[in-house]
Amino acid sequence: MSFFDGLRFRRVSSPIHNLDPRIKFIYACVIFAVAIIFWQLLPLVVLFVMQIPFVLIAGVKREWFRSMKGAAFLASIIFFTNLLFPFISAGYVITFSSLEYALAMTIRFLVLVGSFSIFFLTTSPDHLGLALEQSRVPYEFCFAFTTAVRFVPVLAEEAQTIMDAQKARGLELEKGNFLRRVRNYIPILIPLIVSAIRRSLELAEAMESRAWGATKKRTNLYVLKLRREDYLFAAITVAILAIAIFVRLCFYIPRLEEILAGIV
Amino acid sequence: MIEVEDVYFTYPSGVEALKGVSLTIRDGEFVAIMGENGAGKTTLVKHFNGLLKPTRGRVLVDGVETTKVSVATLARKVGFVFQNPDHQLFCETVEEEIAFALKNFGFSPDVIEKRVEWALNLLGLSQYRKTSPFMLSGGERKRVALASVLAWDPKILILDEPTIGQDYQQKEKLRQFILQMNAQEKTVVVVTHDVEFVAECNPRVVLMRGGKIVADGEARKVLTNPEIVEQASLVPPQIAQIFLNLSDLGFPRDVIDIYEAKEFLTKAFKGLR
Repeated sequence: MSFFDGLRFRRVSSPIHNLDPRIKFIYACVIFAVAIIFWQLLPLVVLFVMQIPFVLIAGVKREWFRSMKGAAFLASIIFFTNLLFPFISAGYVITFSSLEYALAMTIRFLVLVGSFSIFFLTTSPDHLGLALEQSRVPYEFCFAFTTAVRFVPVLAEEAQTIMDAQKARGLELEKGNFLRRVRNYIPILIPLIVSAIRRSLELAEAMESRAWGATKKRTNLYVLKLRREDYLFAAITVAILAIAIFVRLCFYIPRLEEILAGIV
Repeated sequence: MIEVEDVYFTYPSGVEALKGVSLTIRDGEFVAIMGENGAGKTTLVKHFNGLLKPTRGRVLVDGVETTKVSVATLARKVGFVFQNPDHQLFCETVEEEIAFALKNFGFSPDVIEKRVEWALNLLGLSQYRKTSPFMLSGGERKRVALASVLAWDPKILILDEPTIGQDYQQKEKLRQFILQMNAQEKTVVVVTHDVEFVAECNPRVVLMRGGKIVADGEARKVLTNPEIVEQASLVPPQIAQIFLNLSDLGFPRDVIDIYEAKEFLTKAFKGLR
């Protein structure tokens, strides 16, 4: 169940963790946009390398590498499909430029995954809910969202217990052909779903007994307020966007091939 | 026979739950494993049927090391009833629920039918055979879970917190039932916090704390030792508390059984008259 550990938020303090979640979200979106406007390898590599200081400052190196490793499979699919089509259309030869293009698309994907995983690794579900709420998203949706995020690790743990309980009754998950194996999971899924439904009904009752929805206007114990660091980070974000647009419009970006030719 | 030899276990999260546990449970023994929350009780018993494999040391079930065989193979010998029945019930009827494990172990259809019948009768569930297990009450669901394990007649029976959420009558039935199983030469291992329940059964008690065994012996010896019991975040059974306080009047300190206590007290009162 190590996969779900990535979703279990660890409450630690770092300059990045303490930033306003809204600004962090805008940062991730800006990186997303910048990654989309370039298709050359060079700027995308620069963009990727730019993420690394943030990861180091936030101190989430291990978790970040884990999510990058998780993305590796999809990244390799992107690489090979982008290589395959030019390969076929160019008459079954791999050209240097098609290789560069495929690599650029893969890096673009990794930039997207990397920047959003910084966001999710450094933002607690509570903060996220608060940010949503203060962005005028109806509270019902915010609550549903934060609850969903919070219950993933709980459900993962429960799935593990259920698996143990069924194994103790002689269930062998790895036995049989593909269809048989899928069917082996029924004894695990049914108790899991039933208990999730039970749990949500209990949660609803508990919340109603604590006056959920009694007043239209809720007050919050914590209120998100922009601090100096947030403005600084926002400025960095805007600068990245501005420089990227400027470079994109006013400069010719050499391809790797041309750079190498220049050196030689 | 279960032999645990200097077992250490660390969860993937880094929590070290067992720190050098050695224990031998002979055939036909009745053992209660007790201790505070997080002492490693459930972690230890999950080693008995191979659900967890030791990080260091080894566990042998009837001389076979648990790392060498699958959980399903061990489960044939070691029946494990989980704390929460909702973690295992999934069939449409109680009958199918009990037959599930039997099918997994490859029993023939007529044997399955007989065994299901037997298990239903044993736990008084016959009238529910066609009912959905989800429609039953908590106590009944717990009995279905128990029946579904007993059906394949395992030699060793492990019960994780069997008394939680049961009323006195159900507990009494459970106690009778465990004693009956034990009388049939079955090994019974119970994980519990319920001191009174254990006092009434008087099994061998293994007391755990912080991943280690701190006491091992007869219930009447272990549960009447206030220091040891307190160490494991338990209190001595009520009868024991009375007799511990009466010890300066010349009463024995190791009494946990109600009938024995009554004998002592009536004898003492007769002497007064």
